[in-house]
Amino acid sequence: MKFAVQVLEAPYNNQASDTAYHFIKAALDKGHTIVRVFFYHNGVVNANNSAEPPNDDRNIYKRWTELGKEKGIDIVACIAASKRRGIKEGQIVEGTRISGLGQLADMTIEADRLITFG
Amino acid sequence: MMDEEMEVNENVKKVMFVMRKAPHGSIYSYEGLETVLITAAYEQDMTMVFVGDGVFALVKGQDTTDIGIKGFIKTYGALEHYDVEKIYVDRVSMEERGLTPDDFAIDVEVKEAEEIAALMEEQHATIPY
Repeated sequence: MKFAVQVLEAPYNNQASDTAYHFIKAALDKGHTIVRVFFYHNGVVNANNSAEPPNDDRNIYKRWTELGKEKGIDIVACIAASKRRGIKEGQIVEGTRISGLGQLADMTIEADRLITFG
Repeated sequence: MMDEEMEVNENVKKVMFVMRKAPHGSIYSYEGLETVLITAAYEQDMTMVFVGDGVFALVKGQDTTDIGIKGFIKTYGALEHYDVEKIYVDRVSMEERGLTPDDFAIDVEVKEAEEIAALMEEQHATIPY
């Protein structure tokens, strides 16, 4: 099955980013496809590359690099939502990109299921 | 708008936007409406449903001057120009908040929860904001 994933909340403050990550990992393990991950609302903070969470806890930002760079999943932060929150091109987590809301509409149409976290 | 955003899929899908939050106090309602407008460019079969505090987003005469936030109630008036015509309000949510259809800035159709649930069943995707 083809899944599209929308994340609406910032990391750490809310469990949405963690649950989205674990969902994606489980879906991939089962042989499903992830069409795209889209960060919207405060979810765009997931793409902030200047964060340095403590070493004794999970690094949510690196998880997106793992999925985007190593697993080849398309991970997009909404440009309007990013601008509103200071997330900029060139300062985003490796393996993610910034693009328009059309990417959300596009993945919604293409996927068999859209799953929203947050 | 970028070229890639203008690509239109030949297969029209049913997409429902579920507006759950009050218009101010969080950005869900405002940025959710932005998504509706963008998705309209893809010419899908779109439905908007207002449930819970989401019904407050439609109340006419909103004045956000005193809270220092840009209001967006007027944007709902543009929906018909985007061919977003299926706009439904949950009856119980509306009545629990002391509202009637006359309180809304745009024409809506009031539906029972069971009807909304049946509509949800028909959707290709349901997007909650």
